[in-house]
Amino acid sequence: MEKFVLAFVVGGAICVIGQLLMDGLKLTPAHTMVTLVVSGAVLGGFGIYDKLIKFAGAGASVPISNFGNQLVKGALQEAETTGIVGVLTGIFEVTSAGISAAIIFGFLASLLFRPKG
Amino acid sequence: MSSINRKNLTPAQQQYQDFAHAREPQRPIFANCVRAFIAGGFICTIGQAVQLFFITFFNFNEKTAGDPTVAVMIMISVILTSLGMYDHLAQWGGAGTAVPVTGFANTIASASLDSKSEGFVLGVGGNMFKIAGPVIVFGVFSAFVVAIIKVTIKSLGGM
Repeated sequence: MEKFVLAFVVGGAICVIGQLLMDGLKLTPAHTMVTLVVSGAVLGGFGIYDKLIKFAGAGASVPISNFGNQLVKGALQEAETTGIVGVLTGIFEVTSAGISAAIIFGFLASLLFRPKG
Repeated sequence: MSSINRKNLTPAQQQYQDFAHAREPQRPIFANCVRAFIAGGFICTIGQAVQLFFITFFNFNEKTAGDPTVAVMIMISVILTSLGMYDHLAQWGGAGTAVPVTGFANTIASASLDSKSEGFVLGVGGNMFKIAGPVIVFGVFSAFVVAIIKVTIKSLGGM
């Protein structure tokens, strides 16, 4: 139960940061997402983001900032085993599920549905 | 942007800009933040529930449950988008619905649905990543830079 509260609070807090970027700095949603992904990648490089995930579970792993963290993680894991080329081959290793799922379900949706409103 | 170009404007244009600026609707930042907090927190709580479901019933551990969880969240988001419901949520939740991975899936699904009329190859295929593309491009590039820096530091004997 405690996990759910932490997920709610931390996930909500990350979304508030996004909202502040959108309203305070008047960024578009795309700029906001890019900013969060890049911050996630930098925090991932320092190993801070993984600690946040350990602390807040889905509260940190569902927001888009985790995408940047996972890209770095995949690259570093692969670099560990195969050297510097691993940065190129491993970058999508961990995020593969998210990107593939988004492409496949998005394409299926366009096959099955018509645009609404 | 506007402050850079301001010098090149005639006084009348500058006056108009001030006039327009004063009449821009004020964004209710605090209310928006509260909504974003509730919507984002709610989505992450659902994510936590899905994760718990995978851990209890499918023998995933906390580390490996992340991938199927994200996939399920994306599937839910795409279904809601296809039924035209995610947009209503997004109108209320603002960044609370855009920042979680469901928002990422929403941009992909809605872009591909919208461009269906332009055909499947150039329409759906070409426009699918119209909004999500920048996220991937900047994510990959920054991850590349961060990883290279870290690998270099490591090979020099640091960290």
